[in-house]
Amino acid sequence: MKVILRNPRREVEVAGGRRVKDVLRDLDIIPETVLVIRGEDLVTADQVVHDHETIELRPVMSGGAA
Amino acid sequence: MKCRKCGKPASLELRRHNAAFCAPDFLDFFRNQVREAIRKHRMFARDEHVLVAVSGGKDSLALWDVLIDEGYRTTGLYLDLGIFDYSVESKAKCETFAARRGVPLLVTSVAETVGAPVPVIKNVTRRPPCSGCGLSKRYLMNRVALEHEMPVVATGHNLDDEAATLLGSVLHWQTEALSRQSPALPSTHAKLVRRVKPLYRLSERETAAYAFLRRIDYIVEECPFAKGATSIAHKEILSRMEDASPGAKHNFLFGFLEKARPAFERAEAVTLNECARCGQVTTGTVCAFCKLADQVKRATV
Repeated sequence: MKVILRNPRREVEVAGGRRVKDVLRDLDIIPETVLVIRGEDLVTADQVVHDHETIELRPVMSGGAA
Repeated sequence: MKCRKCGKPASLELRRHNAAFCAPDFLDFFRNQVREAIRKHRMFARDEHVLVAVSGGKDSLALWDVLIDEGYRTTGLYLDLGIFDYSVESKAKCETFAARRGVPLLVTSVAETVGAPVPVIKNVTRRPPCSGCGLSKRYLMNRVALEHEMPVVATGHNLDDEAATLLGSVLHWQTEALSRQSPALPSTHAKLVRRVKPLYRLSERETAAYAFLRRIDYIVEECPFAKGATSIAHKEILSRMEDASPGAKHNFLFGFLEKARPAFERAEAVTLNECARCGQVTTGTVCAFCKLADQVKRATV
């Protein structure tokens, strides 16, 4: 499956047929810090993503001056 | 995972609430949290004109979106920081949003008011870029609101922003900052408008989810100067704590607001004067903004 990462934008291939939470753990990403986007929807960490699918892990952190 | 309200498949899990929601019920949850923030802190009344400070990011555009839908009279304020392509793109996001929603947007340039854009200010002051930037933003938000006779400025600060600011203040025991940290700062001088943060009950992930589900076109890229900022480091630490113990950020911030803040508030009373140069409010004789503008002028002429 294809995973789109941001800042900078890049793509990685990882094994599919697994739950989102397992993919996040493999990539060392804390679930609280990203939105998991599949197409036009958000997916929860317990959902399984298959080999032919693409998900985007969009960071939610912004910051700097208050 | 099922939606807590309707039982349909969930789009988003909120571990700190031990809940998950489908998209429509999450949007309802989000709006209810904003309503509760406004009600609890009496942020603004139905007939008040609210200046919404927008950056083109998810938080401020999500806030503006909710306030428009709730029927408030709003005007957006975009402060052009002059940070290369980042500012060009974020300004375009705000202009597109305002045009689509049919709401007014004011644009003020930091370079025109301070004398130089944020990248030059950063070099002149030799302080972290967020320092001069934050100072300029707070000053200009208040000044623009006064000029347009708006009694209140709303910003998109969320739960994570507030928890990270609190952590930074506690680590250095900055008691004055602790006394001022609040979702709603009242006007304490005729030339100071109220400052409110209607998203303080919502996490950064929740505001991002709202913006995504509402199809708001926001700038996903970070400010190029935010990399390495202390506030980001504090957010990362808090996110690890949240991952290990859901609700940690919420308890940290809300515990402070309910139990600790009143003690600091009593301890820190300050005298407010009007700046001898610009007339805006300051605790000294000349305000920090005018001093910054002077410093920029000396370095750039």
